[in-house]
Amino acid sequence: MRVPSWLRSDRAGLALLAVLAALALVVPALNLLVAADHPLHLSAYTVTLLGKYLCYALLAVSVDLVWGYMGILSLGHAAFFALGGYCFGMYLMRQIGARGVYGDPVLPDFMVFLNWTELPWYWLGFDQFWFAALMVLAAPGLLAFVFGWFAFRSRVSGVYLSIITQALTYALMLAFFRNEMGFGGNNGLTDFKDALGFPLHADSTRIVLFLLSALALAGGYLACRWLVSTRLGRVLVAIRDAEPRARFLGYRVERVKTLVFAFSAMLAGLAGALYVPQVGIINPGEFAPLNSIEAVIWVAVGGRGTLVGAVVGAVLVNYAKTWLTGALPEVWLFALGGLFVAVTLLLPRGLVGLLRRRGATA
Amino acid sequence: MSELISELDAGGMHAPVEPVDASHGILLYLEGVSVTFDGFKAIDNLSLYVADGELRCVIGPNGAGKTTMMDIITGKTKPDAGRVFFGQTIDLLQLDEPAIARIGIGRKFQKPTVIEPLTVLENLELAMSGAKRLRGLLTTRLAGAERDRIAAVLERVGLTAQAGRLAGILAHGQKQWLEIGMLLMQEPRLLLVDEPVAGMTPAEMERTAELLKSLAGEHSVVVVEHDMGFVRSIADKVTVLHQGRVLAEGALEDLQADPRVIEVYLGDGHAAG
Repeated sequence: MRVPSWLRSDRAGLALLAVLAALALVVPALNLLVAADHPLHLSAYTVTLLGKYLCYALLAVSVDLVWGYMGILSLGHAAFFALGGYCFGMYLMRQIGARGVYGDPVLPDFMVFLNWTELPWYWLGFDQFWFAALMVLAAPGLLAFVFGWFAFRSRVSGVYLSIITQALTYALMLAFFRNEMGFGGNNGLTDFKDALGFPLHADSTRIVLFLLSALALAGGYLACRWLVSTRLGRVLVAIRDAEPRARFLGYRVERVKTLVFAFSAMLAGLAGALYVPQVGIINPGEFAPLNSIEAVIWVAVGGRGTLVGAVVGAVLVNYAKTWLTGALPEVWLFALGGLFVAVTLLLPRGLVGLLRRRGATA
Repeated sequence: MSELISELDAGGMHAPVEPVDASHGILLYLEGVSVTFDGFKAIDNLSLYVADGELRCVIGPNGAGKTTMMDIITGKTKPDAGRVFFGQTIDLLQLDEPAIARIGIGRKFQKPTVIEPLTVLENLELAMSGAKRLRGLLTTRLAGAERDRIAAVLERVGLTAQAGRLAGILAHGQKQWLEIGMLLMQEPRLLLVDEPVAGMTPAEMERTAELLKSLAGEHSVVVVEHDMGFVRSIADKVTVLHQGRVLAEGALEDLQADPRVIEVYLGDGHAAG
């Protein structure tokens, strides 16, 4: 098999793919083949934690595509992640069937609790895996498309656009909190049992979900890397650095932005859909504005406009978060804010930029 | 939706790119154009005609409306009144910036605007006409014919040796030439060039003058410039703008003798230069 030239020159990307491939071999082996009392054994908890990091990394890649390459600082990308999560969560809810607390064969528990007698129309079809899988991409993609269509056509950009994206995710959070919306309100969707007949709590299912997350990240990375190495990728950079120039060269800047924004939202949705079965719950808190800001910080820490940096940043910051929220929970937000300030001031190109500079001077 | 995807570029949803009809010898018509910003008349009943293949210089003191005129021609600003036609048939007021770029009007900004993180070659590739549909954009390769076109433009603007360098590290004058090269990749009939020699060394100015003169004939070129020496070295015909109107038009020598022109502009220019 020949490696195409756009990938051959991407050494950092090849390294990332190699690491993912190694993880895909080592993690299942350490979980399934090594005895539980052996020090090298990886618990199901750790496997799921790693899978979560990979989902965050895919979200970060989607943010980097629009921010790093097209110059759109989206502070609402977690909304697309959460929407994808809700779509897959709806499938998982329908899979519960009559095993819920109230034993209703069709209605999820929270609907029975609200005295609903019928499934709302927008829940129809979500008992089918293929339909839910399609919606995981279509719902965030469509929202981003409509949002982008209006925002970019009105030439809203810069900080104003960032503020509207915050408003978007905040509005969605408030909407999903309402019980009448039919998405479980405050509690969200949870108590999932199985997907495609595989019990979610089984180690083997967790391993498969981890592998799927690694695969999705590798695929998402490759898709974005390919995109930015095409001519369209150069158009994105032109839009980022000199939007009027791109327009006077004859490019329909609004359409490029809308399409790439929608594509990025679909990647974020996919990440959310893989995240939900691993953590076992999706609630409106996932729409919190802070989540979107955190995703931007991951990208900034790793290095904006590098794609690999987004992955590195997402994994490192989340590892730090897991550790700090366990050890010193009250410190975490200060640490996150401090990290963002420090990276902006000291490492404008992020960790990957730092490594490249080291590499260049060595 | 599929139309939207296949039409990242311009020209309206279906409109094929109409050939420019300059059969009367005039390529660009501005007639009775006015535009007001917050009560200030930036352009006031301006009429201007640019012949096919002509090299025209537009001069005028600050605030005379030179840049606003370019904004109107390229679709960035819509006038309150007047007609702007490209050839006999194309009404530029019906089109937006990308559409106007696609029918053959290229614009060089005052501040050189090249895409700094891309190489010289990539900048030219970006500007290449005929490659702006999605299918054309989703490729990482250059076809042989495209390579040849880029090589020809590199040769013409004298940047062949810099093809693989990042545009951001070029010298100021080289950036200006690269931007002119990008316009040429669009295969325009009309080039609008805003202050091409600002900040250039005398040697660079001389090369720029040669380049612009070589473009006339094949293209119409409108140059907005402050540098009188440079204007003298390139223009056959000069238009003087003042307070958003055409004050005078003709050969530079005649204009320099015109008392109205001396009063508003050239008098100062002479004193300074």
